[in-house]
Amino acid sequence: MAAFTLKINSQNHQVDVDPNTPLLWAIRDNVGLTGTKYGCGVAQCGACTVYVDGQTVRSCSLPVSAIGRKEITTIEGLNSKEGAAVQKAWVALDVPQCGYCQSGQIMSAAALLGLNPKPTDRDIDLAMNGNICRCAAYVRIRAAIHGAAKSLEG
Amino acid sequence: MTVHDTAFSRRSILKVGAGLAIGVYIARGGKALAQTPPAAADVNIAPNTFLIIKPDDTVTVLCKHIEFGQGPFTGMATLVAEELDADWSQMRADHAPSNPVLYKNLLFGVQGTGGSSAIANSYEQMRKVGAAARAMLVSAAADEWKVPASEITVENGVIKHRSGKEGRFGAFAEKAMRQPVPADPKLKDPSTFKLIGKEGVVKRLDSAIKSNGSAQYTLDINDPDTLTALIARSPRFGGTVASFDAAAALAVPGVVDVKQVPNGVAVYAKGFWPAKTARDLLKITWNDSKAESRGTPQLLTEFRTLSKAPGKTVKQEGDVDAAIAKGGRLVEAEYVFPYLAHAPMEPLNAFMKWEGDTASARFGSQFPTPDHAAIAKVLGIGIDKVHLQTILAGGSFGRRAQQSTHVALELAEVVKAAGPGKPVKLVWTREDDMRGGYYRPFGIHRMRGVVRDGKIEAWSDTIVGQSIMKGSAFEAITFKDGLDSTAYEGSHDIPYEVPNFKCDLHQVDVGIPVLWWRSVGHTHTGYAVEAFVDELLQAAGQDPVEGRLAMMGKSPRHAGVLNAVAALADWKGAKIQSGRARGVAVVESFGTYVAQVVELSMGEEGPIVHQVWCAVDCGVAVNPDIIRAQMEGGIGFGLGHILYAEQTVDEGRPVAGNFDAYRSLRINEMPKIDVTIVASTEKPTGVGEPGVPPIGPAVANAMAKLGLARPRQLPIVQGAST
Repeated sequence: MAAFTLKINSQNHQVDVDPNTPLLWAIRDNVGLTGTKYGCGVAQCGACTVYVDGQTVRSCSLPVSAIGRKEITTIEGLNSKEGAAVQKAWVALDVPQCGYCQSGQIMSAAALLGLNPKPTDRDIDLAMNGNICRCAAYVRIRAAIHGAAKSLEG
Repeated sequence: MTVHDTAFSRRSILKVGAGLAIGVYIARGGKALAQTPPAAADVNIAPNTFLIIKPDDTVTVLCKHIEFGQGPFTGMATLVAEELDADWSQMRADHAPSNPVLYKNLLFGVQGTGGSSAIANSYEQMRKVGAAARAMLVSAAADEWKVPASEITVENGVIKHRSGKEGRFGAFAEKAMRQPVPADPKLKDPSTFKLIGKEGVVKRLDSAIKSNGSAQYTLDINDPDTLTALIARSPRFGGTVASFDAAAALAVPGVVDVKQVPNGVAVYAKGFWPAKTARDLLKITWNDSKAESRGTPQLLTEFRTLSKAPGKTVKQEGDVDAAIAKGGRLVEAEYVFPYLAHAPMEPLNAFMKWEGDTASARFGSQFPTPDHAAIAKVLGIGIDKVHLQTILAGGSFGRRAQQSTHVALELAEVVKAAGPGKPVKLVWTREDDMRGGYYRPFGIHRMRGVVRDGKIEAWSDTIVGQSIMKGSAFEAITFKDGLDSTAYEGSHDIPYEVPNFKCDLHQVDVGIPVLWWRSVGHTHTGYAVEAFVDELLQAAGQDPVEGRLAMMGKSPRHAGVLNAVAALADWKGAKIQSGRARGVAVVESFGTYVAQVVELSMGEEGPIVHQVWCAVDCGVAVNPDIIRAQMEGGIGFGLGHILYAEQTVDEGRPVAGNFDAYRSLRINEMPKIDVTIVASTEKPTGVGEPGVPPIGPAVANAMAKLGLARPRQLPIVQGAST
C-alpha cells in the first residue's frame, strides 16, 4: 500500500492503495466517482475512458503509480465545449440504450472533436473503434458526433 | 395465455393491502401519504403501485420491467401519459420493487422481463392506470370547483373547466387520492392518441442520466462499509472445491475474509482490486469427478452423428422421403451454431445487506419473483422479510433472466457466509462473465430439400441441440411432448407453403449451462430456415423476394414486411455491381415480423456489410423511435455475433475470456441502417429481440450472390480475434 494524491476533475484526492491498482478502481472504489465504468479490464472495450492531461486513456490498464501529478478528467468533470455539445447531441438523438458504455463513448467523442472539429465517418471510425457498445447504438453515436460537430460550428 | 386473459383487476392493479387505496400514490416532499398507514408487511411487499404524482406536478411511473436499454421506462410512461393526458415533460420513470402480485408480467404470471413482452403485456394495463388516475384527478377538481366532472377537460397536464378555472396535477393529487378508483376506466379511441405512435413527441426518459455518468448501476453501489466479493469458480463446468489454501490471499491488504461457498471460494475485500488480487492468489484444488469433460470438438462429432438420423418428430406434413424418392434436385445443408456468451457491457453483479432477520437486495434482476424467493430461501427468512429492488442494468440480452436464479442464489450464499450486518457487492469480472456459462446453446440443423419443376416440393430439418428450459420452472409451459419448444421455434412453423415437410429434434443433455440469448431459438432457426429457403430458391431459379412471396399465401404479415423492405431497399434482384451483392431474410419472433435486406462486399477477412434496410411489423407502434433504435441495435448485435463470436469449450473449460478472443462488433463495422415501421392496428408486440434473427441469414444470402457458399459453420469469420 502507498499513498497517492490524484488530481481528478481539478480536485485533489488522497488514496492509499496498492501501487498497481488500476486508476479505474481508485476512481471508482476509493474516490467514489462511478460514472467511469468497468467493462473488460484489459483495454479492449473503452468503458473506462478518462483523460490524463487531456489525452484519452483506458483507466483499467493504467496503474495509479504511473499518474504522478497529471490531471485526470472523468465524465463527471467533462466541461469542455466539445463535451457539452456531445452530451447535448447524445440526448437529442436518444443515443443510449443500456447506457453503460456511454461515459466512455462520450469521453472519446469529445476528445475527437477537440482534435478534429469536423470529423468524417472515417475519422469517427478511427477515433471510436476502441469503444465497444454491446447494444450496438453505433448508428446514433455516429450521427450524434456529426450533430455535435455541427452545433460547434456556429 | 394472452394479455386478454387477464382482466383488469382493481386489486392487482390499483389497490394493495386491506382497503388501502394507493392506486394513485401521492407523495409530498418524497414522503408517502396514505389514508391509513400501510402495515409493515405491506411496506416490504408493496410500498406503492404504478404512479406517483407529486406536488411539483411530476408523474413518476413505476416500471415493473427492468430497463436495460430496450426502453420500458419510456414505453410504460408513454402508455400512462397518453390516457392521463399528461404533458411529456412532466413524466418520469423508476423501477418498481419486487412484488409478484402487483407487478407480475401478465403473460408470465410472475414479475419478470423477457420474450419481448414489456409493451405487449402492459399495453392495456398501463393505459388503464393512466385513465383511472385521470378520472380521479377530474373528480377531485370537480369537487373543488363544485362543477360536474363531465364539464372538465384535461390537456397536456392541465385540468380545465369552461368557466376558466384550471389547475395542474400536483395541486389536485392529494385530493384525487381520496376519490374512488374507477373499476374499468374508459380508454381513448386510438384515433385520438397524442403520444402513442407519434413521431417526435416522446423522448427517452433515461438519456440524460446515461449521458452524464449519473445513471446508477449495480456496480456503482457504494453504500458505507460495502465489501466487494469475487468468487473463484471451477474452471470446468460442474467442478467443485476439493480443498483450498487462502493464506496468500488473506495477506493482501484490504482483504477482509475468504470463505468457501457452494460454487467456489469467495474473497471479501474493501474494493475490487484487492479482491481480484487476492482471488488470483488462492490455491484451489478442484474435484472434477462430476464435471463436464467434453469440449466443442467432441460435441460437434456427437451432434453431427445424431443429426444423420431423424430425431423426435415435431411436425410432419406430407411425406418428405417419398418426395425425395420422386426425384428432382436434392439440396442438403448442415448448419453448425456455436455457444454464444451474452457479454453485456456490465458483467453480472448483485448487492445485498442482510441483518439476520431481514435483507435488502438491489441489482438488475430481470426475474424478480424467482430471485426474491431464492434469496429468502437461502437466508431462511420469509419472502416478506426480503426487499428486492431492481435497478438499471448495463445490458442483458437474456443473461440476467435466470430460471436457475443462479446469481441471486450466489449473492445470498456469499452474504450468508460473510455473516449478518455486512453489505456485500458480488462482482463478476469480464472473464467470470464470459466463462460463466449460460450460453446460447451449441447446435446443428441438418436440412434437406427438393426442388422440382421450379418449386420447393420437400423440406426437412433435423435439429440437434440442448434444452434451455429443462429442469426449470418454465419447463411446464415451454415443453411439448417432452421437447423444448424453444429449441425448434421458427423451424416447425416456417412461413412458406411446402407440401412435404418435416421438423424433428434430438434433445441432448450437456453439462454446459445454457440460457435464452436475445431471440432465443430464433438465433439459429432463423438462420437455418432463411439461408436454406434462399438456397432452394436459387436452385429453383427464383428471385429471393418474389420466390418467398409466392409461398407466403398463409403468412400475410411476413409478406407485408417483405414487401415493405423490398420497397425501402428498391429491391431489383440481388443486384450485383462493383463487388456488392444483396441478400434478404424475414423472420417472425415473439409475434413481431422483421424483414431485412443487406448489401455487402467481401473484404480480406470477411464480409463488409455496407447497408441494411429493415421493415418491422410489431402491431401498434407505441414508441416509433425506440422501435427504430431496437432494430438498429438488434442488427448490430446480430451482425457482430454472426460474423465473429464463438465460445469454444476445451474439455469442459470455456476458452474465450474477454473481448480480445470473443470479438464484438465495433463502430467501423456498423452498417448504415434504414428502418420502416409497417402501420398496423394489431395488438402491440415487442421489439427487443426480433431485430436480431434476420441479419445473419441476410448476410449469408448476399454472400451466396457473390458466388460464395452460404456459411455452414458459424461464426462466418472463423477464429476471429482483435
